[in-house]
Amino acid sequence: MLSSLAGVLFDGFAYGMLLFLLSVGLSVTLGMMNFVNLAHCSFAMVGGYATLSLMTKSGWPFLATLPMAFVAAALVSIVLERTLYRRLYRASDLDQCLLTIGIVFISVAAYAWFYTTEQQSIRVPDWLQGSAHVAGMSFASYRMFLIVVGLAVTALLILFLEKTRFGARVRAAVDNQRMARGLGIDVDRAFMFTFALGGGLAGLGGALSIQVVGLDPTFALAYLVYVLIVVAVGGLGSIGGSFAAAVVLGISDMAGKYYFPWLGAFLIYLVMVGLLMWRPQGLFGKR
Amino acid sequence: MENASLHFQQKVRWHPLEIVFWLCTLLPFVVTPSYLSLASQIAITALFALSLDLILGYAGIVSLGHAAFFGVGAYTAGLLAKHYWAEPLTGLVLAAVLSGLVGYALSHVVVRFRHLALIMLTMGFGLLLHEAANSASALTGGADGLQGFKVPAVLGFKFDMFGRAAYAYSLVVLFLCFLVARRIIHSPFGLALRGIRENATRMPAIGAPSRAHLRKAYTIAAVLAGIAGALLTHTTSTVSLETLSFGRSADVLVILILGGAGRLYGGIIGAIIYMVARDQFSGANPQYWYFWIGLLLVAVVMFLPNGILGGIGALYKKSK
Repeated sequence: MLSSLAGVLFDGFAYGMLLFLLSVGLSVTLGMMNFVNLAHCSFAMVGGYATLSLMTKSGWPFLATLPMAFVAAALVSIVLERTLYRRLYRASDLDQCLLTIGIVFISVAAYAWFYTTEQQSIRVPDWLQGSAHVAGMSFASYRMFLIVVGLAVTALLILFLEKTRFGARVRAAVDNQRMARGLGIDVDRAFMFTFALGGGLAGLGGALSIQVVGLDPTFALAYLVYVLIVVAVGGLGSIGGSFAAAVVLGISDMAGKYYFPWLGAFLIYLVMVGLLMWRPQGLFGKR
Repeated sequence: MENASLHFQQKVRWHPLEIVFWLCTLLPFVVTPSYLSLASQIAITALFALSLDLILGYAGIVSLGHAAFFGVGAYTAGLLAKHYWAEPLTGLVLAAVLSGLVGYALSHVVVRFRHLALIMLTMGFGLLLHEAANSASALTGGADGLQGFKVPAVLGFKFDMFGRAAYAYSLVVLFLCFLVARRIIHSPFGLALRGIRENATRMPAIGAPSRAHLRKAYTIAAVLAGIAGALLTHTTSTVSLETLSFGRSADVLVILILGGAGRLYGGIIGAIIYMVARDQFSGANPQYWYFWIGLLLVAVVMFLPNGILGGIGALYKKSK
């Protein structure tokens, strides 16, 4: 019982790290820039397929493809931000919802066209396979890798946003656009950069998730719900909140699958509805 | 007072175009008799979109889980036909009552929230019901859906393979529900809903209880959606889990926006275009069909913010 509990906690934590990577960008763009970007998981899919292509077609090693997944997703988000999103920054929630759902549909169909609808998988290096045994419990290496990457990215992100000059500009621009403009900060560029960063992190999450959940074109829709739950529960625009919510969601999802398999996804939806009714602004929401 | 009643009288009067439109809905019987089952699907979808229009277009409640009520209605009608009797009209009434009750219960929660929390909650309730129906496979048949029953006829008209009775049945119910919705929209209550949509804090100040009105509208919309679901069950004699799915909620939203929300006819026009286009283009590979829907959505949001009907209306005004 105890060892299974530790196993669930460990797996859930690793899964939570994955969800955090996938959702932190959305938390920022939705919470701070007020843009409902339902196509966020499409960015993750861009990263996932970039890794897949580089590994299977060009024979790159797994680790080398990860930065490329980040770059590919960031580039796509910059293009979309410049051409479509920026024109809707002041539009209603509903319009933004619809535009981005449209983009999701397009991306799902486009990837189905190029990569078929079959579930794809990759082969990670040997040192990431297998598992380590400690005190009678086994910890999968890949999940440990996920936790390390997740924690490292979180630390880097917070350091970057809190300690650097550019991070300060970004925070100023998203906190109060007009004031930031008045101080001579290039808000347009800050927004573009924020979008690219969020999209890139999603791309990284997408690449890392192939080994865990596989990759097929419906990824953009299937994980959208999870990502929205993390963002809504964690509280808009709060990186710490997203982190906590992702971990809670990851662990409760794993626990649900392990202890109550007959409930299916019922449990996490129940957790989400309950938390939202209790605190509509999210656990760590400010507004 | 005089002016107000005059306003309502003018609004309620039928425009000649409306009469032409409803006469045109009879055309499939003569012009395209081989597409009658598609026509009845369109009528059902149109009713579903109309019900969403009441809360989204008029009351301003964005819902990503409207399929919940469609599914409740569909399963109610299906279970009744399977275990008790196959007479459809009573099934229709029971489905309306049950989905209305579910809608009334949920409305108490839904009207308290706005913006993202509202979208997420409606989506959450939809997903919860979907999962519940999936898990309770003893009752609902789970992922296989509810099968093994047959609704033979309505009022003595047999549901045949040509779908003549099915279309007539769906069309009549759609028209009756449309009359109800039209009456509601042009009543003082409908006007109050629009006021709440525009400014939810100002309406209580002039004596209109926002939340009570929204609850009422939400319940009415749930009833209409439940009727649409029951219609689908009766005309196809099966209920699939898909009636409760997120995909159906998203589809109906797309349909309504495509046609133009808050215009009463928007959902119907959207349903016609969407369903006919899907029938023509989806063919063997339904996943590519979504490419075009996506493109259409992007185009509508960027260039036609009020949907197709809104675009036509703007053109019409410009030409005058």
